[in-house]
Amino acid sequence: MKRVLAMLRNHAVPVTFLLVSLALCIASRQSASFLTGEILNRLVRNSFTTLSLLIPVLAGLGLNFGIVIGAMAGQMAIVTVVHWNLTGFSALGTAWILALPIAVIFGWLVGCLFNRAKGREMVTGLIAGFFSNGLYQLLFLFLVGSLIPFSNPDLILPQGFGLRNTVNLKSMEYSLDDVASVSWMAGKGMEVRLAGKVVRKPEAPAADPDNPFAALRAMSASFSPPIKLPLATAGIIVLLCVGIRRLLRTKLGQDMRAVGQDMHIAAVAGIPVDQVRMVAVILSTVLAAWGQIIYLQNMGTLNTYSSHEQIGMFAVASLLVGGATVSRATVWQALMGTLMFHTLFVTSPLAGKHLMGDPQIGEYFRVFIAYGVIAVALALHAWGGGKKSSD
Amino acid sequence: MTAVLEMRGIGKEYYGNRVLRGIDLEVGAGEVVCLVGENGAGKSTLMNILFGMPVILETGGFEGTVKIGGEDVRIQSPQQAMELGVGMVHQEFMLVPGFSVVENIKLNREVTRSNLISTILEGISSFGSRLRSLDEATMLADAQAALDRVGLDVDPLDLVGELPVGHKQFIEIAREVDRSRARLLVFDEPSAVLAETEADRLLTTMKQLAADGIGILFITHRLDEVLEIADRVVVLRDGEQVCTMQRQETDASKIAELMVGRKVEARSLPARKFPVQDEDRILTVRDLRVSMPGESVSGLDLNVRRGEILGVGGLAGYGKLGLSNGLAGLFAATGEVAKDGQPFPLHNPLEAMKRGMAFVSEDRRGVGLLLDESIELNMGLPWIHCQKRFLKSWIPGLGLLDGSSLSKHARQMIERFDIRCVGSEQPVRRLSGGNQQKVCIAKAITGDPDLLLVNEPTRGVDVGAKQRILDELVALNRKQRMTVVLTSSELAELRSVCDRVAIVSRGRVSKILAPDAPDVEFGLAMAG
Amino acid sequence: MRERIIALYERWLLRHILSVGIPRLMIGGFVLSLLALAFIKNLDMAGLLGDSLVRVGRNGVIVLALLPAVRGGLGLNFGLPVGIVAGLVGLLVPMEFNLSGWKGFWAATALAAVLGWVAGMAYGWLLNRVKGQEMMVGTYVGFSIVSGMCTFWLLAPFTNPRMIWPIGGHGLRTTLPCTPGVGKILDNLGRFEIGGMGVPTGLLLYFLLLCGLVAVFFRTRVGLGIQASGENPAYARACGISENRSRLLAAALSTMLAAVGMVAFSTSYGFVQLYLAPLMMAFPAVAALLIGGGSVVRASVSHVIIGTLLFQTLLTIALPVTNELLSGDLSEVARVIAANGMILYALTRSSR
Repeated sequence: MKRVLAMLRNHAVPVTFLLVSLALCIASRQSASFLTGEILNRLVRNSFTTLSLLIPVLAGLGLNFGIVIGAMAGQMAIVTVVHWNLTGFSALGTAWILALPIAVIFGWLVGCLFNRAKGREMVTGLIAGFFSNGLYQLLFLFLVGSLIPFSNPDLILPQGFGLRNTVNLKSMEYSLDDVASVSWMAGKGMEVRLAGKVVRKPEAPAADPDNPFAALRAMSASFSPPIKLPLATAGIIVLLCVGIRRLLRTKLGQDMRAVGQDMHIAAVAGIPVDQVRMVAVILSTVLAAWGQIIYLQNMGTLNTYSSHEQIGMFAVASLLVGGATVSRATVWQALMGTLMFHTLFVTSPLAGKHLMGDPQIGEYFRVFIAYGVIAVALALHAWGGGKKSSD
Repeated sequence: MTAVLEMRGIGKEYYGNRVLRGIDLEVGAGEVVCLVGENGAGKSTLMNILFGMPVILETGGFEGTVKIGGEDVRIQSPQQAMELGVGMVHQEFMLVPGFSVVENIKLNREVTRSNLISTILEGISSFGSRLRSLDEATMLADAQAALDRVGLDVDPLDLVGELPVGHKQFIEIAREVDRSRARLLVFDEPSAVLAETEADRLLTTMKQLAADGIGILFITHRLDEVLEIADRVVVLRDGEQVCTMQRQETDASKIAELMVGRKVEARSLPARKFPVQDEDRILTVRDLRVSMPGESVSGLDLNVRRGEILGVGGLAGYGKLGLSNGLAGLFAATGEVAKDGQPFPLHNPLEAMKRGMAFVSEDRRGVGLLLDESIELNMGLPWIHCQKRFLKSWIPGLGLLDGSSLSKHARQMIERFDIRCVGSEQPVRRLSGGNQQKVCIAKAITGDPDLLLVNEPTRGVDVGAKQRILDELVALNRKQRMTVVLTSSELAELRSVCDRVAIVSRGRVSKILAPDAPDVEFGLAMAG
Repeated sequence: MRERIIALYERWLLRHILSVGIPRLMIGGFVLSLLALAFIKNLDMAGLLGDSLVRVGRNGVIVLALLPAVRGGLGLNFGLPVGIVAGLVGLLVPMEFNLSGWKGFWAATALAAVLGWVAGMAYGWLLNRVKGQEMMVGTYVGFSIVSGMCTFWLLAPFTNPRMIWPIGGHGLRTTLPCTPGVGKILDNLGRFEIGGMGVPTGLLLYFLLLCGLVAVFFRTRVGLGIQASGENPAYARACGISENRSRLLAAALSTMLAAVGMVAFSTSYGFVQLYLAPLMMAFPAVAALLIGGGSVVRASVSHVIIGTLLFQTLLTIALPVTNELLSGDLSEVARVIAANGMILYALTRSSR
């Protein structure tokens, strides 16, 4: 019993959020299959980006709010492959390759900023995100098509310059997910796709007019969306998790941990502190760019001017909900946090509707949760840090 | 016996200021050489040269030659020194608290083996080698061997942050020992933070290491340790090598005298109008304990007589600064202190000021001044707050600053101390060190205290200002009968102006001496 | 004598040229060239300048609210929304009771000040526990308060039909017009026109009055104590000034001014904007202070005035000028880049 209590105390944050998300799941009055499908989809879609935050945390840079800039790099690559009319997996692969150099350059710039603003990387990252968003808008809203020669009526606004607000990504929708995916459809069974092709079709429910249950099943099947597990994307996420853990057991990973623990001691021991921090930021930015591409191939549309904006906040909130702190984070916390945060995100408007009679309350509530959890986590971290220094 | 280290004719100048001259130092394999000297004698500069610290190279290098293992070397960086097998055991621990013992011993010297990715990347750039996997088994074995050598019995997988302080010193040593080519180890005052039994064990470990053929250079202030372990003793004073002695040729009082010995400038001090009487005590201190990091005071007793200039001396880190900082209320302190016979509150700077005590900190720029504010505000602010001086009276309770009375006062002070400035509104950041120090003292006496505590008033101050500051302190004492407690690292300075000099060692007053007491007494008192 | 003159000259040079700083010179030059462009393009200069003045007065107090926090060593107070939300509550209560005219304005200001002070004390208490991370914690405390209050606006027991949604009968609207007589009350006090340029005398005087009060406060014993502990906590401790108390006062004062500033802003604008509208309000205010020459550790009333003047003029003139030159609204993007670029510059420059 004592051990259970101690465990609860040590994991107060994730346990609280687990309880809240369970309560909201119940209050939302949705079918288990709907919730499972929705949450699973979001988990797979967002985990990669959340995981991209881990390395800077371990290298002592705190929560990298600058991943927004990585997301922008991903979107630049996506716009380019759409312009080149690439489709399917080749579009996705090209986008990944294209995003790499862009994200490396962006990451290097952010790293330079962070090395100049040691001790306040987080607020610098946040503002750098806002600032880059301005530059991004300048580029895509004004320069593309005017200063930068670019003509593609599908992408450009009718005025002749500036990108459209939404870019259709149907050509590459699910291009990664459907490399291997399994969908379970209520009442119909499984559908399996491999390399984008359906290899196992779900059975159509037997049309038996004499059996009232069969008709009911057919009806329920047409109402509830399938629960889809994109195995390929999940596989990539598992690969990333393993990769991050392996990285930590290399010389570079050890250097990162040392820098994260104490920059001064690491420097005295001869570790190139600035370089290690730089590598951490670049890795994080590149992973965020790739994560954004994964996210967008699942969404199927790019909101040119807003898709990247909240990425940073959602990823940071997810990581913190999982029980991570500004200086400590694990792969499991990232995954569990993404799961719980997106459960909250799906259920809170629905719960708001049922409990308060107003879905708007739930909408506001989830924004509040996202900001509030970050505020609390930051405050708790600084609180502990303050105590340490005054001892 | 082969010499592990041979330094010949080492000299060094900082900006035309000679700090080292003609030092010859030799350490043989398996030999323990002790380096002793007061603070500022040049020990740390010598070590900076040995380790190729950037500060030496940036200021124009040094004179003389360094041989390691018989070969001429020019050490350009601490890394190079490490590669040559020269290790340093720091006074402050360079250990990562969240790392295990193994990880700390192997910090930045991890054993690695290549993996698929690192092999591929190494073909492209040297950065690939950073992606090699850690060979944890070998690291563990190496660390265990090093721990065995220094005789420390801990689980190598324990986190260092959770170990007792005494163990950390030995982990530092184990780290140096683990370098496969460690030939020379420098111990920089390692026993300062250790308890008695641990210090003994440290000496045993050093003897063992020496027996294994490692040369040891031991910097310490504890003369008993020197006598116990040293094969040879090298004494530095004012940047010069006073002498090198075999252990059997020397004893504690001889070393002490050599460390301190210097001529005391005769200074004729003005006569006193008010005699100083033994029984008229302005301050009595009983069992004072101050927790000031690096300068802690543990159970200090002292009486300050009204109207005297009391000097406080001692080695850095032994608590002389903690005394005045504790009395002024800047650090948490306990003990019985009475001023003018009344109990005096500790850890309360405001009350201390209200009771007529003013304090000049040794950390001029950090504690003493608001660098971006004007001279006048710097002088007035403590007393605006404490005594509500320099405030306009026409709106009671508002406490609006009376700029004209403040500048008038500041101008008087500027004239009195000969502060070189453009005007009383000049920000103090643009003043020279000496003038900043004068502002600090002017600030302290603005509140008309009857007891003035001054720490290191002449540190980093040019010669002219130095003289002026000391003269002014004497004048305050003689004319206004202000009691002055003058704390300084410069013994000569204390001996030139003080009535008595209290030497603080290991947090206590070890002896109170007359300024003209023989050098050897000062030396012994400082070493405890 | 000659030495004295050289020294004076050096002082003048240091104060006026070097201390202006390159970014401020750039922004100042940019504003001037925009003005020149507007003049060349025959835009309604008088109207533009009049608009600038109104915006300066409207935003000035909120920029001023940053000053006590910087002086108290709390850095750039990205937590301004704490005060802004207090100001909104202060605006809504007199509105509920239909208080109009000066009665409404002063009631709102007084209530905002009280609420702002209380909220600021709580905020300061928190900031005292997160030393070194004030800016980051402040940012997210501000975000949380704004998003948390959204629920409050939906559920708050206001009943005045002019304030709540017409359908459903509860929940405040997103944009509420001020009670008649309260909107633009400061703008219209002593308003006059020169050559077509309207001067909102009352609004500007109110801003300058508050600037003066803050300047005087920092010449008093308490104000000087706050400044000392912000500049060098160790110095303050040695003087017997309680650092935590100073920081608490600085946070409370900053938050209170933000609340009062929000009342001035909304009444001058004529509308009270609720829900997520105040979310990002701290950032342009911070940018204005920095453009005026302030930094993370230093700020003066003159920085506030110059910064607000430059930044708001930039915003007012940039829109019509860019519309004239380019099609499309470049000014919003320019604002984002200028404001955040300025903040980034300040963050990466100042040590500490």
